[in-house]
Amino acid sequence: MTTPARPLPRAPYRWRGRPASSAVRLAIRAAARSVARVARRAGGTARKAVPDWGLAGAAGALCLAGAVLVWAATAPRLAAEGEDPHTYLRRQLLNAAAGAVVMVAFALADHGTVRSWTPRLYALGCLGLLAVLTPLGRTVNGAQSWLGVGDFQVQPSELVKPALVLTLAMLLGEQPDGERRPGAAQVLLALAVAAVPLGLVMLQPDLGTFTIIAAITLGMLVAAGVRWRWIAALGSAGVAAAALAWLLGLLRPHQVQRLLTFADPLADPRGAGYNAAQALITVGSGGPYGRGLLRGDQTGGGFVPEQHTDFVFTVAGEELGFAGSALVLLLLWAVLARGLRVAARAASPYGTLAAAGIVCWLAVQTFVNVGMVVGLLPIVGVPLPFVSYGGSSVVACLAAVGVLMSIRRQDVRRL
Amino acid sequence: MMRRPTRSRLLVVHLLVAALFLVLLGRLWQVQILDGDRYARMAADNHTRRTVIPAVRGEIVDARGRPLARNRAAVRVTVDRAALDRLPDRGRAVLGRLADLLGRPREEIAGRLRVCGPGVDEPCRDGVPYEPVPVADGVSERVALRLMERRHELPGVRVEPRPVREYPRGTLAAHLLGYLAPGSSGAGRGGAEATGRDGLEAHYEADLSGRAGSREIVVDSGGRAVRTVREQAPVPGATLVTSIDARVQAVVEKALKKAAGRAAGRGGAAGTGAAVVMDARTGRVVALAGYPAYDPSVWTGGIREADYKRLTSPAHGLPLISRAVQGQWPPASTWKIVSTAAAARAGYPLDGRYDCSGSYRIGDRSFRNFGGRNLGGMDLHRALVVSCDTIFYRFAYRMWLKDEDARRPADPMQRMARAFGFGVRTGVDLPGEAAGRVPDRTWKRTTWEDTRKRMCADARTGYPSVARTDPRRAAYLKAIAKENCRHGYLWTAGDAANFSIGQGDVLVTPLQLARAYAALANGGTLFSPRVGRAVVGRDGRVLREITPPVTGRLPVPGKTLAYIRRALADVPRSGTAAPAFAGFPLDKVPVAGKTGTAEAYGAADTSWFASFAPADDPRLVVVVVVSEGGAGAEAAAPAAREIWSGIYGLEGKRAALPGGKPPAGLPKTAGYQVSRDQEGFPRPRTTGRLRS
Repeated sequence: MTTPARPLPRAPYRWRGRPASSAVRLAIRAAARSVARVARRAGGTARKAVPDWGLAGAAGALCLAGAVLVWAATAPRLAAEGEDPHTYLRRQLLNAAAGAVVMVAFALADHGTVRSWTPRLYALGCLGLLAVLTPLGRTVNGAQSWLGVGDFQVQPSELVKPALVLTLAMLLGEQPDGERRPGAAQVLLALAVAAVPLGLVMLQPDLGTFTIIAAITLGMLVAAGVRWRWIAALGSAGVAAAALAWLLGLLRPHQVQRLLTFADPLADPRGAGYNAAQALITVGSGGPYGRGLLRGDQTGGGFVPEQHTDFVFTVAGEELGFAGSALVLLLLWAVLARGLRVAARAASPYGTLAAAGIVCWLAVQTFVNVGMVVGLLPIVGVPLPFVSYGGSSVVACLAAVGVLMSIRRQDVRRL
Repeated sequence: MMRRPTRSRLLVVHLLVAALFLVLLGRLWQVQILDGDRYARMAADNHTRRTVIPAVRGEIVDARGRPLARNRAAVRVTVDRAALDRLPDRGRAVLGRLADLLGRPREEIAGRLRVCGPGVDEPCRDGVPYEPVPVADGVSERVALRLMERRHELPGVRVEPRPVREYPRGTLAAHLLGYLAPGSSGAGRGGAEATGRDGLEAHYEADLSGRAGSREIVVDSGGRAVRTVREQAPVPGATLVTSIDARVQAVVEKALKKAAGRAAGRGGAAGTGAAVVMDARTGRVVALAGYPAYDPSVWTGGIREADYKRLTSPAHGLPLISRAVQGQWPPASTWKIVSTAAAARAGYPLDGRYDCSGSYRIGDRSFRNFGGRNLGGMDLHRALVVSCDTIFYRFAYRMWLKDEDARRPADPMQRMARAFGFGVRTGVDLPGEAAGRVPDRTWKRTTWEDTRKRMCADARTGYPSVARTDPRRAAYLKAIAKENCRHGYLWTAGDAANFSIGQGDVLVTPLQLARAYAALANGGTLFSPRVGRAVVGRDGRVLREITPPVTGRLPVPGKTLAYIRRALADVPRSGTAAPAFAGFPLDKVPVAGKTGTAEAYGAADTSWFASFAPADDPRLVVVVVVSEGGAGAEAAAPAAREIWSGIYGLEGKRAALPGGKPPAGLPKTAGYQVSRDQEGFPRPRTTGRLRS
């Protein structure tokens, strides 16, 4: 693999002192690059950019599977209540369609455009997180996480994830000359950038999103090549902070309860451990091949709360069995494997980092979600990427896929 | 790019991600493949519920198929919570309308719908919320009709008939039938709310209750039924055909009530009594009654406390006690058939001449003839007709003297009494039967050993509490205690004399006496009486016939029995029962019988009459006892006369059992009766009227 030439060497102090101007310069550079691209394309020197059908296929299949599972989770109850059983199916398909539009937009945009929009996306995300804390926010299940106008609701904590990935990629992806790793200033800046959404999410409080954002940050620091001792120090600080939060009683009672019942979910199946116990029973009762779509009595009887959102994996577990739920996991794995390939082949450190960040995000979110469903982790509210019901989540995940496609497209072009 | 650590770091990320997914897949394998069955069972426990479908209880019918106990359709109003929850206001309006129609406060009905649990205020109900909740029972037909007319305004409200035990003839045969009460260990065998606790309902519980069905349903997290997985229909209980004749039973109860009422009116604490009509040839019970009785339907749907107090109060005569099988009295002179047979067996000729003196002296005690009359010499025929006591005293004393000298006492009187079936339970198909008592030397000794301590103490202290109110009685009691303390273990000549005329410590139940007279009447066959005649399935098929087993034969020659029968035939004509039977058409129905007057200290005599007819070819036995009724001829014999005339249709009465012949076969209608009432159980139709 050839190392691409760096067109514009920059003075370190400039980078450090005036990041804004460097952003402007990056934009100019991107514009210049797109001109060059047009020229190359005219000259026919570049290979044709083939879309990553594997990635698109896996993501699309997950979205469709998600719509079906959401439908299976909601149809029996809606039918029993005399309402249209396809309501949620339609809405989730609509969510996926909206996500697809966003995905295509990101895929077609080149790095420059995305980069130029990144600070604005980040700022927008943080403003959204701030807004949910105001009376504009809506509280669902103990967390004030939603912004809403009428029936239309947005969950800024979902949208801030891709924005943060792109911002961190931008901050950590470009090293001053001669540096193999991001310097201390870069790391601190990155931490500061991550701290804003982390703090805002904690105020909601949304332990799940907090975990994901922390994982994204840590993962990207690792991928960016930050020294291990820094990462170790960060990890220890995080553990110490968690211990302190526990000791000082900063966690909300329902969070404490969830963590405690995690120790033995079946001990108190009617009380605090109800969710965990029912989720585990529902998944386990599916056996190897499941009970068949819409045939699950646990699902049909509505024994698992929040089954179409955070616990959608239980539907796959009960009605499609090990075969179906493993297939869902394998599709997620396919997306992540594609993402890692994109990261490895990215033309720029920025691309590598962005892809790696997306992979970390989706991987940790999948692990936390499925882990809580199968009793490996305490109950924290995070959706299963692509699958869980919810517009914000689906759009954010598909936007991430769009970013991966964009990175790949540019790396292909440069080969 | 190789100069930067990114690639190795990417590998780290790659490995971490792979590890996370392997962990998830491994866990999924563990939960779904390895432990899948366990979780499937837990899920099934979670969402399936078994409900019991109670079987319809079988009927009890009389010998002609007339229902004695059956099931009535009571209208029950239920509310389906799931249906209410679907309404926009969660059913508030519906409950309001329902409350108005039922005339009850809405809060009360809403309270019945609430399931008890943490955070739920009273009123609430126990149980699982997956079944429609009954909110009103026994709703009148008028209200039920209005509910059905307005059913479109009342979604989720259902009006359904429910079987409730009914005794169509009220108090008739109450002691025979028994009653149902909620089982102590939850539902009964048939899954019903109540099980038979007394009488035939208890004895034939297994036949009547049927087999409960079950239904396995899937419920949702709110406990509402989603669908039925399995359903096993209940097997309805079988019909019990009895040998009871409802009309004869009615005649008996009426006569008994009259006699006992007269006894009570004459100053008896509470008129009590019993009567038995038995088929002498088969051992089947045709009628059996105790007084006072009660209406078994007070138990239906749970007994009220006031009712229960009345049923168990001595002031009301303990109506719960079935005196025909549970009551025990000294048989008095009705016992003389036993003594006569024993004397004949001991070698005293029936036609010999015996002196019926006014009293008979045994040791230092003089045993008086009834009324103290000296009637001169007579044979045993006349001794029975006039009910002479002294002749039997003499027999008893001589037998006693013989036994005193013998190494092994023969006790001919006791042996004959046991041969007549006294002192042991008859084995009738009714619960709680008393065994009666045939006192003898062994009994005397064990009783004395059991009670000596207290008697000797009483002999010393002399009943101070009694003495305060009744010094004479206290003195009497003290004398008895003194004697008993010293010699109570001895079977004295006086005991033997009392025994011979059915007094003293002898106790019999009316049913025991009836079967003894049946044995006398039928030539010596002793039956274990039966009330049940057959168990008939709902399709009319006879599942089981019940025949009274023969438990023994009297060790008395037919000639002797015939002699005694002839003697008893003269009792209503010219003997002790003649006043009671004055004017009775004995030429049409020759009734033979024996009066009995049992003395009890401090209370009026117990009045007995044991009879059979026709005297020359006996078919039925009628035994009547009236506590504190006076002499046999005063209370029991008139009652028996009324029963006989009721059975045969004499003296202007309608014949309850024409010719006195119980039906030979089973009633034809029994099967149809059952299937109509169980299958065609009226259900409300959408258009039709509610039938009940």
